Amino acid sequence: MPDPWRFHGGVHPDDGKALSAQGAIRKAPLLEKYLVPLQQHIGAPPKLVVAKKATVRRGQVLAEPGGFVSAAIHSPTSGTVSDITECIGPGGSPIPAVEITSDGQDTADTCLEPIADWENAAPDVLKKRVGEAGIVGMGGAAFPTLVKLSPPLAKPIDTLILNGAECEPCLTADYRLMLEMPDRVVAGARIITRILGVKQTWIAIEANKPDAEACVRQKAEGTGIGVQSLRVRYPQGAEKQLIYALTGRKVPAGGLPMDVGCVVQNVGTAVAIAEAVLDGKPLYERVTTVTGTPVVNPGNWRFRVGTPFRAALTLAGGVKEDPAKMISGGPMMGLTVYSLDVSIVKSTSGILLLGPSEVSQFRSGACLHCGRCVDACPMLLTPATLSVQIENERFDLAEKWNAFDCIECGCCAYVCPAKRPLVQHLRRAKAEIMVRRRAAQAAAKR
Amino acid sequence: MTGAIFVLTVMGLLLGLVIGITVKFFGTEPDPKVEKIEALLPNANCGGCGFAGCSDFARALAGGKAEPNQCPSTNTETAAQIAALLGVALGVRQPKVAVVLCGGDNTKAAKAALYNGVNDCRAATLVAGGAKACLRGCLGLGACARACPFKAIEITGASLAVVHADVCTGCGKCVATCPRKLIRLVPTSATLHVLCSSPEKGAAKRKKCSAACIGCQKCVKAAAGAVSMEGALARVNYDHQPSPPGAIAEVCPTHCLQPALLDVTPVPTPAASASEVAHA
Amino acid sequence: MADHEIRLPDPGKLIVSSSPHFADPQTVQKIMLTVILSLVPACLAGIVCFGLRAAGVLVVCCVSCVAVEALAARWLKRPMALRDGSALLTGLLLGMNLSALTPWWICVIGSVLAIGLGKMIYGGLGYNPFNPALVGRVALLIAFPSVMTTWVTPTPGQMLGDAVTTATPLGTLGTLHRWVPDQVMACGGQALSYWDLFTGNLAGCIGETSKVALLAGGLFLIWKKLIRWQVPVCFIGTVAVMTGVAHALAPELRAPPLFHVLTGGVILGAFFMATDMVTSPMTGLGGAIFGVGCGVLTCVIRLWGGYPEGVSFSILFMNALTPMIDQFTAGRPFGARPGKEAAP
Repeated sequence: MPDPWRFHGGVHPDDGKALSAQGAIRKAPLLEKYLVPLQQHIGAPPKLVVAKKATVRRGQVLAEPGGFVSAAIHSPTSGTVSDITECIGPGGSPIPAVEITSDGQDTADTCLEPIADWENAAPDVLKKRVGEAGIVGMGGAAFPTLVKLSPPLAKPIDTLILNGAECEPCLTADYRLMLEMPDRVVAGARIITRILGVKQTWIAIEANKPDAEACVRQKAEGTGIGVQSLRVRYPQGAEKQLIYALTGRKVPAGGLPMDVGCVVQNVGTAVAIAEAVLDGKPLYERVTTVTGTPVVNPGNWRFRVGTPFRAALTLAGGVKEDPAKMISGGPMMGLTVYSLDVSIVKSTSGILLLGPSEVSQFRSGACLHCGRCVDACPMLLTPATLSVQIENERFDLAEKWNAFDCIECGCCAYVCPAKRPLVQHLRRAKAEIMVRRRAAQAAAKR
Repeated sequence: MTGAIFVLTVMGLLLGLVIGITVKFFGTEPDPKVEKIEALLPNANCGGCGFAGCSDFARALAGGKAEPNQCPSTNTETAAQIAALLGVALGVRQPKVAVVLCGGDNTKAAKAALYNGVNDCRAATLVAGGAKACLRGCLGLGACARACPFKAIEITGASLAVVHADVCTGCGKCVATCPRKLIRLVPTSATLHVLCSSPEKGAAKRKKCSAACIGCQKCVKAAAGAVSMEGALARVNYDHQPSPPGAIAEVCPTHCLQPALLDVTPVPTPAASASEVAHA
Repeated sequence: MADHEIRLPDPGKLIVSSSPHFADPQTVQKIMLTVILSLVPACLAGIVCFGLRAAGVLVVCCVSCVAVEALAARWLKRPMALRDGSALLTGLLLGMNLSALTPWWICVIGSVLAIGLGKMIYGGLGYNPFNPALVGRVALLIAFPSVMTTWVTPTPGQMLGDAVTTATPLGTLGTLHRWVPDQVMACGGQALSYWDLFTGNLAGCIGETSKVALLAGGLFLIWKKLIRWQVPVCFIGTVAVMTGVAHALAPELRAPPLFHVLTGGVILGAFFMATDMVTSPMTGLGGAIFGVGCGVLTCVIRLWGGYPEGVSFSILFMNALTPMIDQFTAGRPFGARPGKEAAP
């Protein structure tokens, strides 16, 4: 039975998953050096707790949460803190980073004990572990998971949804996880269910991964966890669209899933939580897809956080031709990266290379008012009108036309026949409106 | 025909009467003082005074809620005229001018990649930070030039924002616009600028830009207190200005230390519109 | 593993841009060329009916529209956008809206007005509020009323026959002011059947006579999702309903609905002119409102106005309302609370 509630709009790009879907997840060999960025999540920057030249073990805390919405960062291997420097963040802004030089021993830190009897452990103990392990949303947004698992009392949660849709084309990391570690996916789901004390738990998987669905369904049998097949339509995995598809509840505009009693977690996050609880392992490695037609051997690897893209691409055999784009994430929402020194972080779901013939550039052309973007927008916005307002720097109008409801899924720009950079316009408008709001607040304080 | 003329005449007279009565009973007398002040103000609505445009400021002045020297965009004589009109003393004011603290144009600063997207600095910083190797360099996409109400900022042919000090009134609108915070308001008396804002180590900067401050400290020795080091970056102490500046600027090996430009020509070309898309 | 053999990406060749990095293969040029393709059957039908004269008019309009666009772009220092095919489409539509007897110089003037006044002065494709081809046609209709209403009797199959002028059924109806089937349904001394109206064996503009060819092209565009079905369905439906009511109330005076739908430019207008992307609303609901508006205005002009035909005027009028309809029909964002304004 496909999802009962269909969201509006969406697109159906070529999924390109065949390139990397076949091989099993491989373990990346140990590197000599890791460059660990000190901001891998949305929220407050964490506080560095190690000094230069300090000796660290694998899984030792390098930085502690710098606030409620923040997450700890752990060392990817054992060795020494060889430098405290800066690196290019995923958004292109410089962020502080720690360079770890490996001692080759990969000695594990033992401060986190496995919680063997987790099925009877107190929810607070499990929740504490999620925080200690520095777990953040691994689907791409990197929101600290502990915050999502600590809903205010005024917002009772009754539904947990594990997002295994993986609607982004080309990426197969979640697919391989569900195929190879369905027990961990289900264990993670049960741990989160226990933490939240919810009545119903769903694992949602797009219908184009029937084998992964069968694996998860088999392991979920008898646990009370439902497995739901979803229509293949981008952006099926977007939080609000996913909740609607499964429950028919609409997250209010400007609101959060908890406003409708839901929590959504990526399946990768669930696996990380299972490992934190069952193995006492903090989040210092993740499965990342390295793919794209220029890549010699596309596939999925388990990389330590702080692995430079250079090392990841070397492992994948390098490239056959010079790519025109290097993307951190998938083709619909990923960020372009131009340096091979950028590190894999907790939210790097994929490294995608596109050849020159696959890249369609944005152009300066007038909007034709064809309305294809209006049809495609899953948030029911009017990107055509918004983009013209933003070109004319009328951010006040853009705010009135609900620019802030844009989820930047990219459907509008995907369908635009004039190849207008609609998502960039919207992102610019949001940034400009925030700058103006902050200025107005500062003026009001004076 | 005559009927039509008659009807139109009567209608005109009646409507005129209605307007006359409305003005008589509901109209407000404009404050002549406010009008006179407004005529003296630049009416560029830059917001540099902290009020919502020049009319708002004029009303505040007439109501005694603002000082004539709060407007950064009037010269001293005009401010004195306004003060005389209000019958208040003109306070001391420090006229300011904006300066872009980056000298890395296309010929000096390296490009790390090709940029395809909206011709606007903030839009570019949202996309991998633009394509400039230096993450603190001027992107040259003209957000400040478009924001300037006085058209005092030029984007040079080599994609660098340059403030024309003779046109700039120091309203500060550009300062808030620059996503890389490269624009500073300095006293108009400033004679010397360090045209670099990157705190990176000298060697790292030198790789990315031939006009970067490499932290050699030659200027600190030559300027006797006018320049000091802030990490790996030299900073001009704007309260302590040397003259003549030329001799000190000459010691800088990268020509990052520059005498202030005073005799600049009017801005020739308008900045590109934000509806243009840069094509790689 | 031999590291030196592994080739890594060259950062200097990498493009940075915003997401998404995939794009649908649809382009403006493809859209325009598909629309032109869908008009080919109607053009061929026009040429079969009215001979090579009709082909001449179409060619002159197309060539001069493209030339005017090129000259205007050069003069206004705008990027040359001939490759998008929009000027060619405007030329074709303008030609289809003219009589086969239109002299070449009037075609050229029409092209100058359509592209110059209808499109380029606003900033080119995408910025024009009105359908350029209709701007050209209506301007010519006002400037050269007699030339624009001189029609030729169809001579199917004869490519170079003599031109025998005649009136269109709608024109006759307009002069008679009453529904006399024998007189209205006549063309060059021959009685017309509804089948003739449908296949195109009647006097009229080059491209508007053959309804069967137009329907084929229109349905092709709906199948290709390049036009919204709401516009033609609501347009034609409204014309049928309104003229049907008028006919039922005064059968002596008013023509039956089938006559109104099958004569004049209703089918051409509904499928190809009212659906112009740039000048029609962006949503299905907007398209429906637009179509109903066009239908009502067409009927008002035909039934009570001074012109026998009102399709062009009604579409131009509704073009002016398009921004308002778009604002009115803009969706409320997903999850917006009821009562919250969709758009200001």
